[in-house]
Amino acid sequence: MSEHKGSMNRVYGWLLLLPAMVFLTAFTYYPMVSTFFVSLFSDGTATRPSVFVGLENYQFLLEDDIFWKVLVNNLWYAAGTIPTSIAIALMMAIWVNNRLPARGLVRMAYFTPTVLPMIAVANIWLFFYTPEIGLFDQIGSVFGFPSQNWLGDPELVLGSIIVMTVWKEAGFFMIFYLAALQSLSPELEEAAHLEGASRWYIFRRITFPLLMPTTLFVTINAVINSVKMVDHLFILTKGGPDNASSLLLYYIFEVAFSFLDEAYASALTVVLLVVLAIVAVGQFTLMDKRIHYR
Amino acid sequence: MSAIELKNITKKWGDVTAVDNISLSVDEGSFVVLLGPSGCGKSTTLRMIAGLDTASSGTISIAGKDVTSLPPAARKISMVFQSYALFPHLSVAENIIFGLKVRKVPAPIRQKRLEKVVDIVGLAGLTDRKPSQLSGGQRQRVALARAIIAENGICLMDEPLSNLDAKLRHDMRVEIRALQQRLGMTVIYVTHDQAEAMSMADKVILLRDGHIEQVGTPEGLYGKPETLFTASFIGTPPMNLVELANGPEGAVVLGGSDHVVFKGPGEGRVLGVRPEDISLSDDSGLLVELTAADYLGADTILNAPVGNQIIQIRVPGRYRLGEKNRVHLTWPQEAVHIFEKASGKKIENSNITTGKVGNAA
Ligand SMILES: Nc1ncnc2c1ncn2[C@@H]1O[C@H](COP(=O)(O)OP(=O)(O)O)[C@@H](O)[C@H]1O
Ligand SMILES: [Mg+2]
Repeated sequence: MSEHKGSMNRVYGWLLLLPAMVFLTAFTYYPMVSTFFVSLFSDGTATRPSVFVGLENYQFLLEDDIFWKVLVNNLWYAAGTIPTSIAIALMMAIWVNNRLPARGLVRMAYFTPTVLPMIAVANIWLFFYTPEIGLFDQIGSVFGFPSQNWLGDPELVLGSIIVMTVWKEAGFFMIFYLAALQSLSPELEEAAHLEGASRWYIFRRITFPLLMPTTLFVTINAVINSVKMVDHLFILTKGGPDNASSLLLYYIFEVAFSFLDEAYASALTVVLLVVLAIVAVGQFTLMDKRIHYR
Repeated sequence: MSAIELKNITKKWGDVTAVDNISLSVDEGSFVVLLGPSGCGKSTTLRMIAGLDTASSGTISIAGKDVTSLPPAARKISMVFQSYALFPHLSVAENIIFGLKVRKVPAPIRQKRLEKVVDIVGLAGLTDRKPSQLSGGQRQRVALARAIIAENGICLMDEPLSNLDAKLRHDMRVEIRALQQRLGMTVIYVTHDQAEAMSMADKVILLRDGHIEQVGTPEGLYGKPETLFTASFIGTPPMNLVELANGPEGAVVLGGSDHVVFKGPGEGRVLGVRPEDISLSDDSGLLVELTAADYLGADTILNAPVGNQIIQIRVPGRYRLGEKNRVHLTWPQEAVHIFEKASGKKIENSNITTGKVGNAA
């Protein structure tokens, strides 16, 4: 009797999981596996059917200068956006969490970049960056700086993209920090204050450690975002000039849909997935030890 | 010289006056309880003494020094919060020595003092745990340890026992009091629980709506309530407060029999008599019908409705209803307190028989 009941429970359990499993399999796991298989074949055409080539696509990848350039770009992009946007988000959250006049307005202003559609954001920044007549050049000219081709200069273009990304991401991450800060009891800070701790000391020994779960969450999001970036590049630079602003996903997109080399794009995708998996596992195991979850 | 002195302290939150012109003094080494119902301004008063809130007006001095505008850290006081305010990511030991570290006390001294207080509050063997791995009572001890390790001499406590269950609350009550006496600390203790105040305090300051209702020893508040509010707040069950009316020969209980409770006018006056001062009698006194008996072990609380008021009587042992429900109630004259209903003030004995209504002391 009880055994029967147990097995029925198991059936219910699986039934409850089924919808999620179907969708995850159809849209996540199946594409991942099939991508891996496609990457082991040559790209077929009407006259030449695709054949099994083993790791040839990966071999090509190692010799592809553009791949390496794009990878390095992406590393710089990640290094430029992740720490900066998190640091700015944290500072803004602490500032907005204080009792200040028009607090709601300030919060909303910081959050606005996040709710704007990406394409709209890119268009706004296209105006900012336009040589001669753009916002930055106009401000610069007031102080006597020469005009810059922000998005056309290989030296400046990646930096320009980074600045825009930080502007967009910081507000988003701020919301998470703000929520976490508001869940901290003000009595903790008061208790520390009574003991004579300075604001900086309280931040360093109390607030920041207690925000670590949020920091982990935000960091993972930031890493994922740093390899997910593609839409802004569309509007602003198309990866140029000379691939100076091209990032991994944009390159994959180009290879797949402009050069129509599905097999090589699959190989690139597999590499991207592996890198992401390593990063995620690393973050969880490394940071888990140091994080206090309530 | 008082350890702590408040002079004409007022605190306003916008339109709300949380604390209204309070003056009080706390002797060194004494245990003073701020007692009152929720929202009467106890926490606000305590937080102003700690410096966590600033007074709208008035002065606060600690050990004779005006600290009204000093930051909390400069006031040399410790505080135990209702939520304990333990740092969840730090171990018990780190929590306790937090303040010593802030003030850069050398490690060997820290260690020595830690061992001492851990011993005092009974946390030995638990110092490596995180607060989340402790029971409510143990967390309470950590909060106490953190307060006494500073050796400040003054400790403020805001409803420190309200998160504990009844049994533990009682044990901790005794322990905190013993600790205070052993270390000679000056304690200001906030609570809404009159039993806590009665059992712990040297001096009780009863607050109501932001002002001081009455100050005194526990016995003073219990035995000589100056107002209706004090009478109704102290004691479980509290004092019976029954409205009176004018009878032909003196004051009678409103809606009750013609039994004269005292000679003099009754209308507009309230008779106060504690349940434990009333005794049952066969022939003389106020005739009532008992309707309920609440057996508490050592004694029984009886309910006797008179008009639309209820008089409670505490009788020793077990009293069964049904055996004899119609009884007379009597009480000694010295157990009676008479209040003026309109002002809530006590009417002095000398004015009871002669005085007219409204001619209160
Ligand atoms: N930070 C605050 N802002 C506005 N009003 C407050 C604040 N703190 C307390 N009050 C008000 O002051 C009054 C007294 O509060 P409090 O001192 O906390 O009462 P108690 O501790 O006796 O329950 C209450 O009416 C409360 O609503
Ligand atoms: Mg309170």
